[in-house]
Amino acid sequence: MREFFHRKLERSAIGFVLAIIGVSAIGGLVEIAPLFTIDETVEKAPDMRVYTPLELAGRNIYIREGCYACHSQMIRTLRDEVERYGPYSLAVESKYDHPMLWGSKRTGPDIARLGGKYSDAWHVAHLINPRDVVPQSVMPKYGWLMRTELKTGDLGKHLAAQRAVGVPYTDAMIANASTDAYGQASPDSPYAAGISERYGAATNLRAFDGEPSRLTEMDAMVAYLQVLGRLTDAAHRQTAASGN
Amino acid sequence: MVSALTIAERQSAIAVSVLIALCGLAMAIGGSGDLLGVHGVIVLIFGLGGVALVMSRYFSPEPPEERLTRYYDDPTKVGIILSLGWAVVGMFFGVWVAALLAWPDLTFDAPWASFGRLRPVHTSGVIFGFGGNALIATSFHVLQRTTRARLPDQFSPWFVLLGYNLFCVVAASGYLMGVTQSKEYAEPEWYADIWLVIVWVVYFLIYLRTLQRRKEPHIYVANWYYMAFILVVAVLHIVNNLAVPVSFGQAKSYSLFSGVQDAMTQWWYGHNAVAFFLTAGFLGMMYYYLPKRAGRPIFSYRLSIISFWGITFMYMWAGSHHLHYTALPQWVQTLGMTFSVVLLVPSWASAGNALATLNGAWDKVRDDATLRFMMVAAVFYGLSTFEGSFMAIRAVNSLSHYTDWTVGHVHAGALGWVAMITFGSLYALVPWMWNVERMYSPKLVEVHFWLALAGTVIYVFAMWNSGIIQGLMWRTYNDSGTLAFSFLDSLVAMHPYYIARTVGGLLFLLGAIVACYNVGMTIRGAHARLASGAGEGDRPVPHGAGAALQPGE
Repeated sequence: MREFFHRKLERSAIGFVLAIIGVSAIGGLVEIAPLFTIDETVEKAPDMRVYTPLELAGRNIYIREGCYACHSQMIRTLRDEVERYGPYSLAVESKYDHPMLWGSKRTGPDIARLGGKYSDAWHVAHLINPRDVVPQSVMPKYGWLMRTELKTGDLGKHLAAQRAVGVPYTDAMIANASTDAYGQASPDSPYAAGISERYGAATNLRAFDGEPSRLTEMDAMVAYLQVLGRLTDAAHRQTAASGN
Repeated sequence: MVSALTIAERQSAIAVSVLIALCGLAMAIGGSGDLLGVHGVIVLIFGLGGVALVMSRYFSPEPPEERLTRYYDDPTKVGIILSLGWAVVGMFFGVWVAALLAWPDLTFDAPWASFGRLRPVHTSGVIFGFGGNALIATSFHVLQRTTRARLPDQFSPWFVLLGYNLFCVVAASGYLMGVTQSKEYAEPEWYADIWLVIVWVVYFLIYLRTLQRRKEPHIYVANWYYMAFILVVAVLHIVNNLAVPVSFGQAKSYSLFSGVQDAMTQWWYGHNAVAFFLTAGFLGMMYYYLPKRAGRPIFSYRLSIISFWGITFMYMWAGSHHLHYTALPQWVQTLGMTFSVVLLVPSWASAGNALATLNGAWDKVRDDATLRFMMVAAVFYGLSTFEGSFMAIRAVNSLSHYTDWTVGHVHAGALGWVAMITFGSLYALVPWMWNVERMYSPKLVEVHFWLALAGTVIYVFAMWNSGIIQGLMWRTYNDSGTLAFSFLDSLVAMHPYYIARTVGGLLFLLGAIVACYNVGMTIRGAHARLASGAGEGDRPVPHGAGAALQPGE
């Protein structure tokens, strides 16, 4: 019976095309569509903040350099991972990550909770030559981050595009994006004042690359690395509540 | 190439090339000051190159009407050459990045030469450059032979083949400049993605129109797979690449999805790129070239049906096994694991069908390295699909995920299955296409076979070892109940395996270079023979050589 049916199907190109589309569509529909509609999929975290323009620029450099190929940002719910890296990652922590950078390979360690773990100076030295601080490391050198001025002129457009895909940037954040990026890495400049106002008092305000006079890609990169895992406390609260 | 087109077709080729050049010009102007502008220049050069190519032969005599009674193989021939070129490029970058993990300073102090930018050139170069061109080239050949119909028109196959290569060039040059979406195996930015959709729609229309013109009542199995490859890859590509560009003058875009939804969409895409690009398309190849080369009909028609629909239905559920123990809801993880395990049934149905087809032809497998390539490919297909189902089990995945085991698994599939079936098919196809009796040197095919097999085995064993050691070291506790090894300890332990992996990859690359030489010399010999006035291609005849292919008839 089945074979009879298939013999008929094989005689119709259009029928075959429709059958392939129908049969292959089911899996994705069942697994992906509910993730947008079931509320428990993403936890609530009212304290969750968005990336500052400087951190977003750093994140874009992280993407540009392909860092995600060797570093995951997703701590699994396994005892050894929690002990090695910190509280396991929650969905809400990457809620504003367009795209997500969970990664698939740990040639280097997971960095979901890297923020605050090392000093800015350590990061700068490590990025310039990883083997200066970790002799056995196989990470590439990123010396040009220190030599390259950060492009800030279009950051407002970046924030606007982020808002278009659902990240709640305000008009003020978009309007001040370029100067906020400068101000976050120049704490003594007049541009620094608005950062805490727009992004919260806990935002890092420092000359990340050690040179307050110029804004480099290194500033952006280190600002991003120092905020990893620190946009919300939800993961730490979750661990405390479950008694660990 | 151009002389096989009529004047009207040459005109439309020029029109399309001019249109592409204008798009390039618009990108170059609108994107000046951004990397989009550089890509605009590349597109502009490509378009102008197309115009120049057609103009150089514009006034050569028109082809005779009689051409329509033959198969149209010129695009296949060029596709074979492009595929081999990309193989060497992609594998060279692979060996380089492998070496960088053993000797991290083996590169230049320049942004383009760092691991993170080179790696996608390797992955896209081999998957899309080598694999994609081989799929397009063989699909045009298989499609015509199994339908006994010529491709529906003369220019559109060139548009698909060369347009696809424009996509590949934009992708690879973009990675080196730092243009990437960071979505694994979907790295190219929005404008390249849109271009690929256009190319792909034309590809699908060629396929469908040729099927409509077929002189065979039934659509042969190989075409089911090629069709699934074209259709499903289109759906995956469009959904996964939905994004909002920062502006139309900039290369950068932001993905429409974020966080957990983006992760699920990405691995729904990623795993089914494996399923429908690297499996379905190449199964299409296997279902044609293996029985042809062995001179045996496919063992079982029923197994073909079961495995085809099993793969088409179940693979689409399997992507979530890339996200075990993550922030993805557990019900999705469980679904992914379940379907991944059941997938073993249709996968082994295909592998078994291929191997059983060789029954009665094992003497040929012994003597003919080309057929042996295909046999070993089917074995590796069986092995890596078993391994894949095994690694999708949550408990196994807790050890294997994030480690080199995954890399080893992927290469068991990519080297052992995809590359082997491709080389086998190309060695069968090249003499047919250039109308010679055999390859320039069957001995070199033999050399290539052993280089490829040795390279694959060394690579996969090295990664199995390093992956499992890594996974175990990460979870080992000492007597006082604390973690026994630092991350750095596990990295140091990988060093010998990273060297071994580089050696394995190098052997495989050498094999590909041998293949290029052998194919090049075969073509040279064929041209010399043609100059002395021999040879004519095969034609769509009512009854002929392909008859043994319809299984169960």
